[in-house]
This record gives sequence, C-alpha cells and structure tokens, in this order.
Amino acid sequence: MTTATDARRHRVAARACVLRGDDIDTDRIIPARYLRCVTFDGLGQHAFADDRAQAKGQHPLDDPRFAGAGILVVGRNFGCGSSREHAPQALMRAGFRAFVGASFAEIFFGNCVALGLPCVTLDEGDLVRLMESVELDPEQEVVVDLEAGSVSCRAGTFRASMPEGARRQLLDGTWNALAVLLEAGDAIERTASTLPYVGGFREPARS
Amino acid sequence: MATPRSLLEKVWDAHAVRELPDGQTQLFVGLHLIHEVTSPQAFAMLRELGLPVRFPGRTFATVDHIIPTASQKRPLADPLAEEMLQALERNCREHGITLFDPASGHQGIVHVIGPELGLTQPGMTIACGDSHTSTHGAFGALAFGIGTSQVRDVLATQCLALARPRLRRIDVTGKLAAGVYAKDVILAIIRRLGVKGGIGYAYEYGGPVIEAMSLEERMTVCNMSIEGGARVGYVNPDDAVIAWLRGRRFAPSGEAFARAEAWWRGIASDPGCAYDDRVEIDGAAIAPSVTWGIHPGQSVGVDEPVPRPEALPDAERTSAEEALAYMKLRPGQPLLGARIDVAFIGSCTNGRLSDLREAARVARLGRVAPGVRALVVPGSQEVKRRAEAEGLPELFREAGFEWREPGCSMCLAMNPDKLRGDELCASTSNRNFKGRQGSPTGRTLLMSPAMVAAAAIRGQITDVRELL
Ligand code: SF4
Repeated sequence: MTTATDARRHRVAARACVLRGDDIDTDRIIPARYLRCVTFDGLGQHAFADDRAQAKGQHPLDDPRFAGAGILVVGRNFGCGSSREHAPQALMRAGFRAFVGASFAEIFFGNCVALGLPCVTLDEGDLVRLMESVELDPEQEVVVDLEAGSVSCRAGTFRASMPEGARRQLLDGTWNALAVLLEAGDAIERTASTLPYVGGFREPARS
Repeated sequence: MATPRSLLEKVWDAHAVRELPDGQTQLFVGLHLIHEVTSPQAFAMLRELGLPVRFPGRTFATVDHIIPTASQKRPLADPLAEEMLQALERNCREHGITLFDPASGHQGIVHVIGPELGLTQPGMTIACGDSHTSTHGAFGALAFGIGTSQVRDVLATQCLALARPRLRRIDVTGKLAAGVYAKDVILAIIRRLGVKGGIGYAYEYGGPVIEAMSLEERMTVCNMSIEGGARVGYVNPDDAVIAWLRGRRFAPSGEAFARAEAWWRGIASDPGCAYDDRVEIDGAAIAPSVTWGIHPGQSVGVDEPVPRPEALPDAERTSAEEALAYMKLRPGQPLLGARIDVAFIGSCTNGRLSDLREAARVARLGRVAPGVRALVVPGSQEVKRRAEAEGLPELFREAGFEWREPGCSMCLAMNPDKLRGDELCASTSNRNFKGRQGSPTGRTLLMSPAMVAAAAIRGQITDVRELL
C-alpha cells in the first residue's frame, strides 16, 4: 500500500490536451464493451475509442501536438453517467495525471480522488483562456498547483477550485481512503452493533 | 421538543463511525451489493493487500450486465462473459458471500433483486459499484453508487468516506394524467433541474404524486436521480413500504418485524425539518416524455417539437447542436411519427412486473410493426416467473415481441443485445448517451414502457394517450 509520504499530490506539471464539449459521459470515455475484463490493465489504449474512431484521427487524443500530455482540459459536467472506475483508470493509463474543467460529475470526481488524480475547476472565462492558450501552444508546460489552488499556463495564473476535503486528502497523501478507514478499528463493529437491523431486529431497540 | 430532522440526517448520523480529518464522515454501509463488472478488480486489490472481507454477511452478489438474454446456459456463449462470471463465483466462494446466480432462481439486475428479496430496507445505507444504486432510495434508504476502489473499501471495512450531501426536497403536486408514468415524472424533473442540477445534493421526493406511487414506480423515479446529477434520491418510508417488506425473504418476521416497522417509520423526515432547497413540480402538467438528445435532460413532451438550439439558454446550446447532429434530428421537427427500428423494454428503470404489465396493456392492441425488432427483458428471474404466471410472455410473443431471459441487456449492451449502425431505438432504459446501446452510432430515445410498446406497434413515435 502507498504510504502517506509518497502519496502526496502537491502539483502536476505537464503538457496539456484540450478536449472541448460538455456532458462528456463515461460511456464515451470508455465504451461498455471494454468493461468485459477482470483487470484494469490495458484500458488506456481504449480511452474514447468510439469518439476517436468516428473522428478519424481528428480527436484531440490522436492529435500529435497533444501527444504525451499529462493534463486533460475539459468542459462542463465531465465524467457524467456511470460509476465505472474504468473511466478514470483508462484516462490514467492513457497518461493523464490531472483534470482541469468547468465542472465534474460527482462519482467521477470521487473515483479520481481515490486514484490520487486531482480534478480542479476554473471560472468559465479562465477556462476558455487556458484552452486557447494550450491549443495555440501545446508545447508549453501547464501547472496544476493544489497547494496554491491555481492553474498556470502562458496566458496567466488562474484561481482553481476543488472541494477542501478532497484537496486536503491529495495534499496530505490520504486519498487512499482504505488506509484511513482501516484506522477506525473496532469503532466500525461498535457502530454496527448500534444499528438494529444489523442484529435482524431481534432485540428491542436500544435508545 | 427536539429539532425536526430529515431522513438524510438521521440515517447519516446513525451510520457515522467517525468524522475524518478532511471533514468527510466514515459511514458504515448496511448493505453492499456487487456484480460481475465492477467487483473483480476490487477483490484483486484486497488479495494484494492480504485483507479479508470484514462483514461477508452484509454483501450480496448477482450477475446482470454481461449475462446473455437468449440463453443463460453454462458455459456462457461469450468466453469473456463466462470468465467474468467465474471470477465472481470464485470471489464469492472464497470470501463467503451469497451469490444469486442463474441457478439460484433469484438472479437479476442488482437493483431489481435487492428490493425483491427484502434486502433493501428503510434507514439503511446501501452501496453498490453501480450508479443506479439510487434506486434503493425508494424504500427510504441512502443508497450510493460507488467506484471500484470504494467497492474495495467496503469489502475491507464495510465503510465509505463520504461528505454529507445537501438536501433538496422535490414535491410533485397534483395528479398524473392517464398515460403518464413515473418515467415521465423523473424525465420532467431532470429536464427542469438539469443533468448537473443535483451535483452535491440528495433528492428527497415527495408530494401527492410520489406518495400515490407504488414502490415499483418510486424505484423508477429514484433510479434516475443520478441522471440529474444527484448521487442519492429517496422517498420517506410509509405504509406502502411496510406492506412491501412483509414476508420478503430477508425482511424480519414475527415480533422482529413489529420492532423493525417502528424503527423504519421513525427514520422518515420529521415534519418541519430543514431543506437546503425546495422545488415544486406540477404533476398534472407532465406529458408523456421522450428524449431527443444524448443525455437524459434533453427531453420534451411527446407532442412538442424538437427544440431549436438558438432558442435554448447559452449553456445548453452547444450540447444541443451536438445532440441533434448525432441523433440526425432537425431543429423544430416533431418527434411524433419518427420511425423507429428497435423497441427495448427492460432495465433497472423499467424492467419490473408493473412495467411489463403496462407495456402489455398497449402491446395487446396490435402487432409489432414490420421492420421493428422488439425485445422484452424482465429485470429478474422472479419478475419473469410472475410475468409467466400472468401469461405475459404469450401475449408479447403473439404481438411479435421477443421474450428474453433476465439481465441488463440492451440498456448498455455488454452482452449480445446491441443496436446496429445508426438504428433508432425506443427504450425504457435510463441513458441515451452516444453509443450506449452497443453501436457507436446507435440512437436512443428514452420513454416509458407504455410509450415504447406504442412505438413498437405503430413503428413510429406515438402518443400513447391516443391508444389508451
Ligand atoms: S439495467 Fe442498465 S443502468 Fe441498470 S444496472 Fe444494468 S446496465 Fe446499469
């Protein structure tokens, strides 16, 4: 298991890829037929498989200018739809380590945090400037700085938001919820024993 | 008097193991449901860490997504599907988890069998590696769709780290018109509040329309909460819930049932409790709904034309243009009369007995139109048996529908049931995303079971109110 020290996520500095469009759902990120598997290995190459096939080489993920990008810049409500962790797994395995967008769907966001991948949001105006800047100059390094709460590119440094709890987990390296949950020890069993249904309602309710 | 509390608060507090340093709550999970698609990787992670399943008696499994609906005979025709089912069998055996496989007689879509078996109960926290877990909220449970890493967390600790959502009360007032169903209500709610309107919220559904609904109808509404962005949606438990649970296999019996009933009723939101937001929807104004786009918020009443993107608010315009191009629909064109290729009746939204009955009521009025492929897929083996007892399969077959074995089927097409090319499908499922039904160019129109049956026999989008 990753220890807190090496799990800290302070900043991601990488080239970025711009994927325009709102409400991009998890079925598009990883079509259901690729979920017929018992491991996440190999999902990276199928990220956006159908969109890419239809775009015939014109999809941002196939754009050589964005090759090797580690930050994905997206629009509104990115990752809506199913709970499949296959979606962030596929993007992570395709090389992405951070997401910047206008907004993210809740389960997708949580799945990303569970993998140590930050999803930060920018004001729409700043997002447009970031997208334009990266499209003009895809070689530049973009920095997602969780400590400072910002995203920087050639066009400037923008204030980036992320719910505080998730930001702390990434900064402290406690995003691996399992380690944190296990620390509760017997308190888990104690809580269970106060829930009448856990005992099948066999005993009169305790007050 | 104590401050009035909502169901959300009561259930949350009862299950809180502790507050976490980051402000989230460590929440005990009362019922964990798993299926073959999102669990194998979680078991693998557990094995890697050398951890046992903490409460194996609180996890139940079934197979639904990849199961073929033509025949469930083993080995399954698709070797990948067979491999996934075997992995699930192995994991359940190894960890002492009950599996409802096809041989058990209780296999079905995970969100159909939980309630059917009485596993789903009021006041529980429920988790499943599937976004439509919100379905179970119909019983007054807090039910969360989770990702695979969280499936691992629940297996290992029976807990989740979660932030408490805000609470929005949605009252559906008045009375639904004939030919208008639970599906139309939830599509109308999502159209009004948007597909991301519910992010960060739990939805509490109430008001006369919801209270008058059967549990099966409430499940349809709660099922699609996630399509409106809300991870959790619930209805306060009432007499209907108590009546549903009496005599179910995993529900308490005898004196224990009386104790349970008192606890279940007590978990409902107190009158006068606080909500972060309130919305009222006029139930009488809801028409049979049909989606025209590529997310469930893009719907209209069946008698309305497809919207013109330029008439939509800025934020929706780009998405609408993309949707119309994909759906091959013209702005302003009527949906009525659009020719369909496929009709699909099933899924965790509308694959229960009452859904099949409503579809049958319409199907008996005609025969499936030439050139239309029509499928009826019961949500579980139990639904199938009960439908058979009522003679529904014969009725559907005589009308030209195929009657299949239970599973998710063409809701997401992880099995052989798929659209081909750019076929247009009238579907009772919950997602009209691009490529959702198995063809990268396939097109889905979401609607109620009665509307799908009407489209099947007319061969085109039809206002079911004309037939009833
Ligand atoms: S029926 Fe569809 S939405 Fe429901 S669990 Fe199966 S695949 Fe998911």
